[in-house]
Amino acid sequence: MEAQSTSLNYLPIIFQLLVALGFVVFTMTLTHLIGPKRKTADKLVAFESGIKSIGNARQPFSIKYFLVAILFVLFDVEVIFMYPWAVNFREFGLNGLIEMFIFMGTLLLGFIYIIKKRALDWD
Amino acid sequence: MSTTIYYILMIAILLFVLTTIAAWLIWLERRVLALWQDRYGPNRAGPFGLFIVVADTIKLFFKEDWIPPFADKFIFVIAPAIVAAAVLMSFVVVPFAPGIVVADLNIGLLFFLAMSSLGVYSIVLGGWASNNKYSLLGALRGASQMISYEVFMGLSLMGVVMLSGSFRLTDIVLAQQDYWFIVTQPVGFVIFLIAGVAETHRLPFDIPEAESELVAGFHSEYSGMKFGMFFIGEYLGVILISSMVVTLFFGGWLGPSFLPGVVWFFLKTFVFILFFILLRASLPRPRYDQLMEYGWKVLLPLALLNLLITGAVVLVMKE
Repeated sequence: MEAQSTSLNYLPIIFQLLVALGFVVFTMTLTHLIGPKRKTADKLVAFESGIKSIGNARQPFSIKYFLVAILFVLFDVEVIFMYPWAVNFREFGLNGLIEMFIFMGTLLLGFIYIIKKRALDWD
Repeated sequence: MSTTIYYILMIAILLFVLTTIAAWLIWLERRVLALWQDRYGPNRAGPFGLFIVVADTIKLFFKEDWIPPFADKFIFVIAPAIVAAAVLMSFVVVPFAPGIVVADLNIGLLFFLAMSSLGVYSIVLGGWASNNKYSLLGALRGASQMISYEVFMGLSLMGVVMLSGSFRLTDIVLAQQDYWFIVTQPVGFVIFLIAGVAETHRLPFDIPEAESELVAGFHSEYSGMKFGMFFIGEYLGVILISSMVVTLFFGGWLGPSFLPGVVWFFLKTFVFILFFILLRASLPRPRYDQLMEYGWKVLLPLALLNLLITGAVVLVMKE
């Protein structure tokens, strides 16, 4: 068994977070302060390839993107179950492997179902 | 106390080295692309055009920091910050050489996966907050591309985890002393590489920003240093994916002892960075639906199969 990470191991991550945020905030604030500020009429409207922009982007979009997001949630949760199994599977041995076969079988059934339902086809 | 100073020193060096490499990588990419396409590339400022990076950086700093009046201002500003910060965070767990790692977590691989998936927020938020139709399309495509490829990105690495029995990246490197995991995990390697290209939305999978149709997609409305943050994030992402490929499949710092481990690590990483650029130079961009279909219907089942076969083989070998 490997040793548990103590809270001290996570200290550098907090440092790194502070440094990364500091770097980003510093550069973005600096350029905000030293850059010029000019408001011309063309900059005040959204870019639409040079033609007059019509309306704004707060419009309905294809439901397919939402479907992909739902499928991602489903599959990612199922995939996450495999992570702890993968790291410990030597202890679980053959039984664990058979159980994982069954689990993936049910996963595969769902997968075949969404393919049959044409949820992954973009027409 | 001394360990705290050590951490701070490590992090400072890491930040400096990474941003420097990312900046010169832009020069390298333009030069190497030019070489492969029979052009000159930037060759005026300084020797081999090296100082173009300095000129670009100064120019970026003095550009107008433009926030469009039609945008969601707060979200518009934090979106580029998320990507740069998240990628910098991921480097915490990368072992450059024995002892040269900021945080040797026992869940290092999971930390990497978690941080790399944060990048999708910057695309969605940036594209949405821009309130531009091109940006919205780019953001939606980018989001569905990244979340789709994320599913089996982690899955493709589980073969490596099974062979080494640990999420700790130094353990994974040390488990490759006899042979590199590319030998036993070629399928996992290919899947991870493809997913990595898609996660960093580099060409040929740059569908969220597809210049020829979406005019830079999710960052159409960005300029100045906020655009620079997306840019730095992208190049840091290339370095990150390359160094993870090296760590997980090509033995990390391991190599013949006439060179120190860090040098081996950077040499191997450099090869994969060049490979990323070669991909950009040689491949056309697939259509969005082709990309999604390929991911879900080919790579996901392949990753599952790879996992099961690896498990079965390891158990048989153990008997």
